[in-house]
Amino acid sequence: MEITSSVRKPLVTGGKTIHDVTEDVCRHVESKPTVSWLLALAVSLGVLAIGAYALVMTLWEGIGMWGLNKTIGWAWDITNFVWWVGIGHAGTLISAVLLLFRQKWRTSINRAAEAMTIFAVICAAMFPVIHMGRPWLGFYWALPLPNTFGSLWVNFNSPLLWDVFAISTYFSVSLVFWYIGLVPDFATIRDRAKGIVSKTVYGALSLGWTGSAKAWERYEAVSLILAGLATPLVLSVHTIVSFDFATSVIPGWHTTIFPPYFVAGAIFSGFAMVLTLMLITRKVYKLEDYITINHIELMNIIIIVTGSIVGVAYLTELFMAWYSGVEYEQYAFLNRATGPYWWAYWTMMTCNVISPQLFWFKKIRTNIVATFILSIVVNIGMWFERFVIIVTSLHRDYLPSSWAMFTPTMYDVGIYLFTFGLFFTLFFLFAKFFPVINMAEVKSILRSSSERSVTHGASHTEASQKTTPKEA
Amino acid sequence: MMKKKNYLIGVFNDEDILLTGVKHVRDAGVKIHECYTPYPVHGLGHALGYKRSRLPIAAFMFGMLGTSLALLMQYYMMGIDWPMIIGGKNYTSLPTFFPVTFELTVLLSAFGMVITFLVISDLRPYGKAKVFDLRATDDKHIMAIDLSKNASTQIAELKKILQDSGAAEVNEKSM
Repeated sequence: MEITSSVRKPLVTGGKTIHDVTEDVCRHVESKPTVSWLLALAVSLGVLAIGAYALVMTLWEGIGMWGLNKTIGWAWDITNFVWWVGIGHAGTLISAVLLLFRQKWRTSINRAAEAMTIFAVICAAMFPVIHMGRPWLGFYWALPLPNTFGSLWVNFNSPLLWDVFAISTYFSVSLVFWYIGLVPDFATIRDRAKGIVSKTVYGALSLGWTGSAKAWERYEAVSLILAGLATPLVLSVHTIVSFDFATSVIPGWHTTIFPPYFVAGAIFSGFAMVLTLMLITRKVYKLEDYITINHIELMNIIIIVTGSIVGVAYLTELFMAWYSGVEYEQYAFLNRATGPYWWAYWTMMTCNVISPQLFWFKKIRTNIVATFILSIVVNIGMWFERFVIIVTSLHRDYLPSSWAMFTPTMYDVGIYLFTFGLFFTLFFLFAKFFPVINMAEVKSILRSSSERSVTHGASHTEASQKTTPKEA
Repeated sequence: MMKKKNYLIGVFNDEDILLTGVKHVRDAGVKIHECYTPYPVHGLGHALGYKRSRLPIAAFMFGMLGTSLALLMQYYMMGIDWPMIIGGKNYTSLPTFFPVTFELTVLLSAFGMVITFLVISDLRPYGKAKVFDLRATDDKHIMAIDLSKNASTQIAELKKILQDSGAAEVNEKSM
């Protein structure tokens, strides 16, 4: 019996049955690691090790190892921090906002996107912590803990402290959301496991999940509320990150457009990173039937929307600088476009404003190679956006006698590399040992969204005919 | 060690058959122990006669707790214990307390609700899963009937009711 919609495109192609979903997703968890996976892991561990040297040296010698100077107190560290946090946003957006909007296409990509969120936020959080110089004291500086400095507390007026609360809440809530979603799938792997190790490990991870109707009922309530909580959380996190700049009086930072503009930029770069990772994952794990061209196209459409918002924000900034009549503000923007960092500014403009507009062409947004290239271009552009905001605003401010230039040292580069190594190591481990697609959720949409109906067995067609509504 | 109980397990191939099956079995006056499905089947809880989850209320309560704790903490620390003038602002200024208050509200609400969910659903690491049929987490829908709770009906009759309601297999199992 055919119950597939003829109007909507199928979300799962290849005529999969529910059992096929289990097989396709569990296959890579149950099989032995492949050579290419081991090679990829080795490369990312190698990068991690090289980066670890820069990290250790910074901790040992202090942040004087970096290219920072009296004028430019923030550069690569905070650029990387904002960039990584931004990348994290797509995961929560896919799992929370799209859940609230009842977007069924999220089910194939939410698991990997949320994993990306968590790993990206870990990488992001490292930068402010290292930037403290003495991170082992960070607990007392950043958290309202009773301490030996009298009863001197943290400063709740400071956006930097709001960041501490925002990032740690974002990380822990995303982690919980992700884990709760994983529990039923861990149970599936546990029930299929043959080896004693996998039985024990997945048995522990699955928390004794049986899939009882009562548990599912509660699970759905929990997912929906977590989505409701995570949605304003996503918006708040990057808003608060933008307050780090917007509440200051530095020309180029002191703007009210920052919160929405940062959030749009975060979603923009996050979706680009999701695409980069998913295009590789679907190819390697042969998941083309679950992550279809349709999914890629929908994500590209989100990139057009958020990329255009970012473009409008750039233009608004320029307009406001001129219209405000503040000469410092006007100079800051003139300096960005024509000063010593003009190349960074124009890289940002090209990558973020022009390149996403290519996705208006259906040929380009449904082309895998083009999408892959553009997704990387967008992430380069977004890194430069943060660099431009931070460094070009700081390097020339009110006092020309203190103007300076910033050059990164190998330790700046090394710590950035370290986070790349960390991110990809964690992602590769996730991709091998965890189900990369949310099986339970894909199964639940299979009936309405697969290419073929999934009614089983001939013996019960009678019963299903009785209950399935007639086709219109 | 708990005494083992005998169960009758109905294996269903499809969610719709399960849903009508649940109604059929309940109409026949049989008490269903529980149903197990590989994915959330909408309407199943209602068909089994479960009440709506009160977890949203728990989430709200924990959220309110977070709000009050955050506000109290900030007022105490900034206003009472160590008052300091920063940027000419008041010791305690509500707008600057908003971000931290919002974050703690979300944090406590999410954690409180999830912990409540895990506790009431008896989910914990190394928690023993009472699995009636391993296929329940793959592609089959399982209906379990506790025989001791339906002692007035003959087993053969129960089996027939299950088969009539669309079960592809009916097995006996003691757990």
